[in-house]
Amino acid sequence: MSPSMMERPEGLGRFGRFGGRYVPESLVPACAELEAAFVEAWADEAFRARYAAVLRDYGGRPTPVTECTRLSERLGVRLFLKREDLAHTGSHKLNNVVGQALLTQRMGKSRLVAETGAGQHGVATATAAALFGLRCTVYMGEVDARRQELNVFRMRLLGAEVRTVSSGSRTLKDAVNEAFRDWVASVADTHYCLGSVMGPHPYPWMVRELQRVVGEEARSQCHEILGKDPDVVVACVGGGSNAAGTFAGFVDTPARLVGVEAAGGAAASYGSDGVLHGMRSMLLQDEEGQINEAHSISAGLDYPGIGPEHAYLGSIGRVAYTSASDDEVLDAFALLASTEGIIPALEPSHALAWLVRAADSGEVARGATVLLTLSGRGDKDVAQVMELRG
Amino acid sequence: MSIAEGPVAGAGALEERLRAHRAAGRKLLIPYVMAGTSDDWTDVVQAVAAAGADAVEVGIPFSDPMIDGPVIQRAATVALARATTPASVLSALSKLDAGVPLIVMTYYNIIFHAGLERAAGMLADAGVAGAILPDVPLDEVGPWADAADTAGIATVLLAAPTTGDDRMRAICARARGFVYGVGLMGVTGERQDLAASAGVIARRLKAITEVPVLVGIGVSTPAQAVQVAGVADGAVVGSALVRRLLAGGGPDGAAAFVAELRGALDAPGSPAAVSGGRTGGDAAGPPRRSGGG
Repeated sequence: MSPSMMERPEGLGRFGRFGGRYVPESLVPACAELEAAFVEAWADEAFRARYAAVLRDYGGRPTPVTECTRLSERLGVRLFLKREDLAHTGSHKLNNVVGQALLTQRMGKSRLVAETGAGQHGVATATAAALFGLRCTVYMGEVDARRQELNVFRMRLLGAEVRTVSSGSRTLKDAVNEAFRDWVASVADTHYCLGSVMGPHPYPWMVRELQRVVGEEARSQCHEILGKDPDVVVACVGGGSNAAGTFAGFVDTPARLVGVEAAGGAAASYGSDGVLHGMRSMLLQDEEGQINEAHSISAGLDYPGIGPEHAYLGSIGRVAYTSASDDEVLDAFALLASTEGIIPALEPSHALAWLVRAADSGEVARGATVLLTLSGRGDKDVAQVMELRG
Repeated sequence: MSIAEGPVAGAGALEERLRAHRAAGRKLLIPYVMAGTSDDWTDVVQAVAAAGADAVEVGIPFSDPMIDGPVIQRAATVALARATTPASVLSALSKLDAGVPLIVMTYYNIIFHAGLERAAGMLADAGVAGAILPDVPLDEVGPWADAADTAGIATVLLAAPTTGDDRMRAICARARGFVYGVGLMGVTGERQDLAASAGVIARRLKAITEVPVLVGIGVSTPAQAVQVAGVADGAVVGSALVRRLLAGGGPDGAAAFVAELRGALDAPGSPAAVSGGRTGGDAAGPPRRSGGG
């Protein structure tokens, strides 16, 4: 079994040359403890059953797959959306945090810290904390807190403490730094509930496994509807958790896999090898190795790196990574709303923007079947889009 | 200085120097200076060396200093805004004769991006004796430590309060120069009181290794340095010095603070001078200072 097929990574979380565990010594034992707890829990049928039951009875899974007839006609393809926007809290993020909150209880810890960009992971973490009776602190860049102030209020309503971060670029990467700094000082009773397939081992692997449900559901739903795998599977990529979960369901099929980054944060497309936030991966950096700030309309994709498994899947050519510009994204956002009555989050609007471009250019053939993961709903983005496009 | 000089170049220069000073009955003091926060930062390195440092830790600023608290974060931001680069830091160091070994502290991406062998060679060419990369734990340090060994750069490793006994032994076996005992669970920065964990990690390390043991993170005052050096071979002092420099203390202010630390460590009857002296309880209040700058 090769790790290229999205199985358990080798050694200390290696996906080819990517991954690893580059953390201060103080955090190594916590990462090892988490790895052991996850390995044990993931092999424990009772844990898996509890996790599945919470996602079903509380989270609203399985989420449906919706065929977009009007937009399909417009694009000349058959487009299916995996509707993570319909999951509780409005995105795929709940899948991950429910798993990590259950692990937190299993490890006997009582507090969660998390980073958030757009606020979706922060809201999901605050939700899980409320559900399981855990204390919760969420770090959010000052810039992001301003453009997503409703989500800040939601998190506080859910009982979480939100700490805004004013260091560095004041966005997602700085929130990750602060979450790590908190964890170093609080690791005895605190679990770092990382929101994407990034960070030190075991996070990239663990979070992908906790998001695998997206891809596995989508695959069986495609089989029910189409009687086969789709020709193309596409998802947006910041750190890359919804894409990793989606691709895990299709990596061993003939489907063409496409990951779409924000043009201003396209680490897979324009980055180079580096080490940040506990992992070796593809990063946007300058000629001295300083990390660049990402710039995107979408706070959730404003990250200068990409999960290490994505870096690996890109390096072996199994997944094609590409990007979409802010303008294309706003057009796609409006297009889905007006043709299908679905307001998407700006993050998956990147995947839609790519599809519009690829269908127009013939890169995706007429009549091709496309599964696109609609990772979240756009309520949080409406005010921002109104300001930009009025 | 009255202490016998060790070899000045080649593998092990840092550790030989520290061992020689320890053998002479001296408690070790390594101050930390962030490169590039002011035009006269190399004067600061020279001044703290002359004021009684046994080695000087020189920070190369990184955009994302994960284990650093607010003071050193700010120093990194200031240094980067002043267009400080790894190349400019090493170029300045190569022209410097501080009279004590220099240790570079930075994050792995700076070294990784340059290429491990190339980076190790650049450090050696600049006259650097050792390197601390706090985001590269034992399990990941192999490729860098091999490159550093080849170039004669000592790989200083950290041991933390959460590190288990077996792992701590393995860390001590791979560490060169000295072992950096992490004084508390948290980021770099000043603390009101020395954490109990500082004494504990010092004792655990001293029980298993002959490599010099210095404790840092949360060691901010002469009294705290004296307290921790009662068990460890010495102390690393970072944020307390960097804060003075960011406030405009300059080489003179830095030298005065380091001289104060040195004086406290050398004072007859200080816990540091009495092997196995008190480490757990509150030391008498820190000596009054007249400000840092």
